[in-house]
Amino acid sequence: MKKSVFFGALTAATLTAGLAGAATLDDVKSRGELICGVNTGLVGFAAPDANGNWSGFDVAVCQAVAAAVLGDPSKVKYVPTSGQTRFTALGSGEVDLLARNTTWTFSRDTDLKLQFTATNYYDGQGFMVRKDSGVTSAKELDGASICIQTGTTTELNLADYFKANNMSYQPITVDSNAEGEQQFLAGACDAYTTDASGLAATRAAFANPSDYVILPEIISKEPLAPAVRQGDDQWTDIVRWTVFALIGAEEYGVTSANIDELAKGTDNPEVNRLLGTEGDLGAMIGLDKDWAVKAIKANGNYGEIFAATIGEQTPIGLARGLNAQWTQGGLMYAPPFR
Amino acid sequence: MSDTQAHSVAYVRDTMLPQQPAPAGQSGAVQWLRENLFSGWLNTLLTLLGVALIYTLVMHFLPWFLHGVWDANSIKECRTIITDRYGEGATGACWAVIRERWHQFIFGFYPPELYWRPILTFLLLFVAVGPLLFTWVPRVLAWFTPVYPFLAVWLLWGGSGWTPVMIFAGFVLGAAILLLLSPRLGSIMAFSIGAFVAILYFLFVVGPLIGGLQAILPWGLESVDSAKFGGFLLAITLGVGGIMMSLPLGIVLALGRQSDMPLVKGFSVVFIEFIRGVPLITLLFVASLLLNYFLPPGTNFDIILRVMILVTFFAAAYIAEVIRGGLAALPRGQYEAADALGLDYWKAQRLIILPQALKISIPGIVSTFIGMFKDTTLVVFVGLFDPLKGIPDFIRADFNWKGIYWEPFIFVGAIFFILNFAMSRYSMSLERRLQRDNH
Repeated sequence: MKKSVFFGALTAATLTAGLAGAATLDDVKSRGELICGVNTGLVGFAAPDANGNWSGFDVAVCQAVAAAVLGDPSKVKYVPTSGQTRFTALGSGEVDLLARNTTWTFSRDTDLKLQFTATNYYDGQGFMVRKDSGVTSAKELDGASICIQTGTTTELNLADYFKANNMSYQPITVDSNAEGEQQFLAGACDAYTTDASGLAATRAAFANPSDYVILPEIISKEPLAPAVRQGDDQWTDIVRWTVFALIGAEEYGVTSANIDELAKGTDNPEVNRLLGTEGDLGAMIGLDKDWAVKAIKANGNYGEIFAATIGEQTPIGLARGLNAQWTQGGLMYAPPFR
Repeated sequence: MSDTQAHSVAYVRDTMLPQQPAPAGQSGAVQWLRENLFSGWLNTLLTLLGVALIYTLVMHFLPWFLHGVWDANSIKECRTIITDRYGEGATGACWAVIRERWHQFIFGFYPPELYWRPILTFLLLFVAVGPLLFTWVPRVLAWFTPVYPFLAVWLLWGGSGWTPVMIFAGFVLGAAILLLLSPRLGSIMAFSIGAFVAILYFLFVVGPLIGGLQAILPWGLESVDSAKFGGFLLAITLGVGGIMMSLPLGIVLALGRQSDMPLVKGFSVVFIEFIRGVPLITLLFVASLLLNYFLPPGTNFDIILRVMILVTFFAAAYIAEVIRGGLAALPRGQYEAADALGLDYWKAQRLIILPQALKISIPGIVSTFIGMFKDTTLVVFVGLFDPLKGIPDFIRADFNWKGIYWEPFIFVGAIFFILNFAMSRYSMSLERRLQRDNH
């Protein structure tokens, strides 16, 4: 969630429309490789293992797009970007796609000339406190010292929230998540605040997770979405509909286990159109007929990716919550494939 | 006479007593303690306080070190093992993260089957700099030194074997023209022509030439992308590259600043003052962000090269000022003596001025190098994986190691200390070797 006003302005000032040129699809195809901007390391979302292989929730988006476009989910070059460099990396054409837990905001969409494709995770900012402090609601945090990462939207959200509720707080600024955990464990602050997904992972990694509680209040909206450059509508459509294909596949019950069976043709016309056995949706975005089949085969549908990287079976243990299908009371809603 | 004497006193010693050791309280450790640690009430108090402080610190940290666990696969396992062995509430270091991920601290994402290449490059570094640093190394090896940079770049990044050969050939071409023409046209003219021809060669000839040769006789190493560099491989590549290039550049800038030619002097002053006036981070951001916009789209200007160039500029500006201090410390007479001998400017600098000025500047130069080597960790801000923060941050992104904090810092700090301490000791030995107290 890092955001630097200076670099935002810099990006906007120097990024001229059309500089990066259109036809990212042709570039990717001729290169034979998708260049994907990812986080330098965020538990569950993007992390390289001991052999340098990347995996995670954001990484799965890169792999699905690579599979849809190039037919091979492994043809991705991961470019780790920091909070400061991510938008420039995208704007200057260094990366084709930014799948880096980036919040969709008005100014980023318009002023920074990004194109957010489709929200793939609805996050929000929360608080964690020690259980023995007896605090059960964020409303009781008046006068508390709070550990917070500098230069992030979370810092601004925190100020807004306390101002709106007419409370005071003492910020203890830290540079990174690891440092924040260290300060919080050492008792330097009463509460630690960051995105709820990060809080859950942090708490799960503590030596005694049960000594800490995450407060129920979520004080901000953080829709995280893969972003591309403005000015290349075809590429935007490809990334957007690849994400929708993963979400839609879960809704229609298409999984990596049964997709080969379903790709032979089903009674459901919507599934047939998605998987390319009926009509030719792929041609409309410049891809093969079976683009969605390849994308879903990469890591499974949205639900499978969620469960494998950050879901309740993983140590991070995030519930679906807002990220459930709309049919299950969540916000994941893929427009119709027709 | 002797009798009277003998009877007038009761006792006369006629043999020397053997020397006695000093009393226990006046010699050895006890005396040293008394003189240095307990010589007055203030010193006694400070000594006791110091001992108490050291004791507290050791008692606080020693168990943590002693409880260290090497054989685990996650921080959770580490914690379980420590609790099992030392009881509930015991703390301990989880060195297992270093055991599992040490190769990433050293090499970043460099492909493991190619680790021999950076290792060979590192070993050859000593062969290349040996003749420059130590007098006992055979002089023949000095021929290897100018070849080394090309070989090192090729070994680290790979690619066609013709690339380093042909680029080296370009430098040889320029140098040959300089040597052939300078007796006839003078050194400045010969240098200009040599540089001009070399630049033409690099711009227009070298690319097609390499392509053609590669087509006829392909040979080379597997290429490794700059994105795969990380950890100490990155820090040492940047550090050594920066040191090698910034020293000559710094010397030129220092001489330029002392020059009588207004253009040369003006350029040197502006360059030094500008680079010294902005923080290194600003230069790194320029390297990673701004250059992308100034260069034509699609230009692939390697990020490590960009960063190395700006780190070199930064170090060169500081070194120029350190050397200027050395030049200023030389007595006026040395310059006049050089003139009196009829030496031209370059000969005077090479034979009389610089050897003395550089000797005076050694501590400052080495300090700048050590500082620069440590500053290479700042590349984390432009998305490169430095060993101190970049590598530990992504290791912590693996849930198995989330919560690891001090161990990577201690490990990386220890390696930095070894390398920097070695540099520092070498500079001290060099100062002793060059000691000439004959004035």
